Amino acid sequence: MNASAMAASAATATAQKNALEVRNLNFFYGKFQGLKNVTLDIVERKVTAFIGPSGCGKSTLLRTLNRMYSLYPGQRAEGEIRFYGQNILDPKQDLNLLRARIGMVFQKPTPFPMTIYDNIAFGVKLYENLSRSEMDDRVEWALTKAALWNEVKDKLGQNGMSLSGGQQQRLCIARSVAVKPSVLLLDEPTSALDPISTGKVEELVHELKKDYTIAIVTHNMQQAARCSDYTAYMYLGELIEYGATEQIFFKPTRTETEDYITGRFG
Amino acid sequence: MQMDVSPLYRRRRRANLIGLSLSMLAMSLGLVALLWILFVLFSNGLAALDLSLFTQDTPAPGSEGGGLRNAIVGSLMMVGLAVLVSTPVGILAGVYLSEYGDTSKTAEFTRFVTDIMLSAPSIVLGLFVYAIAVATVGNFSGYAGSLALSLIAIPVVMRTTENMLRLVPGSLREAAFALGAPRWKVSTLVTLRAAKSGVITGLLLAVARISGETAPLLFTALNNQFFSTDMGSPMANLPVVIFQFAMSPYDNWISLAWGGALLITLAVLALNILARVFFREKVRA
Repeated sequence: MNASAMAASAATATAQKNALEVRNLNFFYGKFQGLKNVTLDIVERKVTAFIGPSGCGKSTLLRTLNRMYSLYPGQRAEGEIRFYGQNILDPKQDLNLLRARIGMVFQKPTPFPMTIYDNIAFGVKLYENLSRSEMDDRVEWALTKAALWNEVKDKLGQNGMSLSGGQQQRLCIARSVAVKPSVLLLDEPTSALDPISTGKVEELVHELKKDYTIAIVTHNMQQAARCSDYTAYMYLGELIEYGATEQIFFKPTRTETEDYITGRFG
Repeated sequence: MQMDVSPLYRRRRRANLIGLSLSMLAMSLGLVALLWILFVLFSNGLAALDLSLFTQDTPAPGSEGGGLRNAIVGSLMMVGLAVLVSTPVGILAGVYLSEYGDTSKTAEFTRFVTDIMLSAPSIVLGLFVYAIAVATVGNFSGYAGSLALSLIAIPVVMRTTENMLRLVPGSLREAAFALGAPRWKVSTLVTLRAAKSGVITGLLLAVARISGETAPLLFTALNNQFFSTDMGSPMANLPVVIFQFAMSPYDNWISLAWGGALLITLAVLALNILARVFFREKVRA
């Protein structure tokens, strides 16, 4: 069974709407090909996890979904990525609008050098004109969503960089949630966090999928198993296997996937 | 207890001792020169440092007393205007080099020209401003002096701004772009803010650099024996007053020159300390 057929079966089996449809995606860092003919669907309001050894192209794939790579000359993508039907690889695509709808959280926490309040308000102000009280509500809402409100509600005027690593990462998630995107891309969001903070972020992912489509890259297979609905295993730029998480972890159809999951490789 | 010391170890220890002594000697030579300068400066300048230095203007030849009020005010005005001009130009150009131009041909060329400007003898810049803003207008002026000082300050501000912006991690920029922010907002609201204390440090160092420049002012602002705040006419300033008074035959002029030299040194010292304080804050953040 090839990758596209698997993707199609994963989507039809559940009969759900796709937020993103990746078709025959090839990605190049200059001459080096980072992604090879990747085809898959990311289902709306579900968590899709990407696993695989370092350098397999998981993060690269994630960075094509919000066109992050376009910041760097020399990186290019070929193929098609449809975001609710619209091809976002189109050169005419407005990147700022796209990124406002497809948010991203990075491996390392990246609070902006401003207050906690302004960290959240920064993205909101870009596309919405809110009154002070509406903004207050939005900041509280986003911080509550990110399970950070109780810890910071008395110090919203403090610099975002004064928070602990785990709090900073939840601040970054709150910042992304605050602009109300439809898709949230999480690029190894817990790799720099301690187990307790990791647990909080995972609970958060579970909570957020009620409203958002989530794609998460992770090196931690237990994490993929715990919090995702679909899992994609990638290796050397290729999508090896993609399907429902239970199927990938309990009955992988490809031996490569089984080897990686059981730890015989990787 | 006597440790067993091998010949190899002993030889290395001797080499280390020689190396250490040589570098200590070099350091003390530099330090002695610096302390000597400061000692001479203080012993000659402190005598001139009194209230009349700030309340009286430069004396006419042969007259008693006098102060440096006109020169202090003139220097402050010219340096102030130069800072007002070079801050926006230098910071915006630095933002261009780091955030927009990056490796483009224009940016590479700008960087090259800036490096030449940084090391250009200041007397050349003074002569240039003389040719375009003094000879054409017909009179020396404070504006021309400010222009010459700006030409020295802009490349300093530009390069420090660029270098400080480059220290900002790319992940911070990506995070701002990931929210859908346009490039100019990312540059001004996030990157520049993250580099703020470094940029301010660069500004202060640029001020310290231009406040002691004499050569560019000789041809441009010249000097003025009287108190004047008209920047369209020749203007008194500390470096040129020091230059003229120090070579004069009058005792009170020579004493004033020492006082002015001490004043500039203290101001530059204060600016450097301020710059260090700002930079330390950056490191702590």
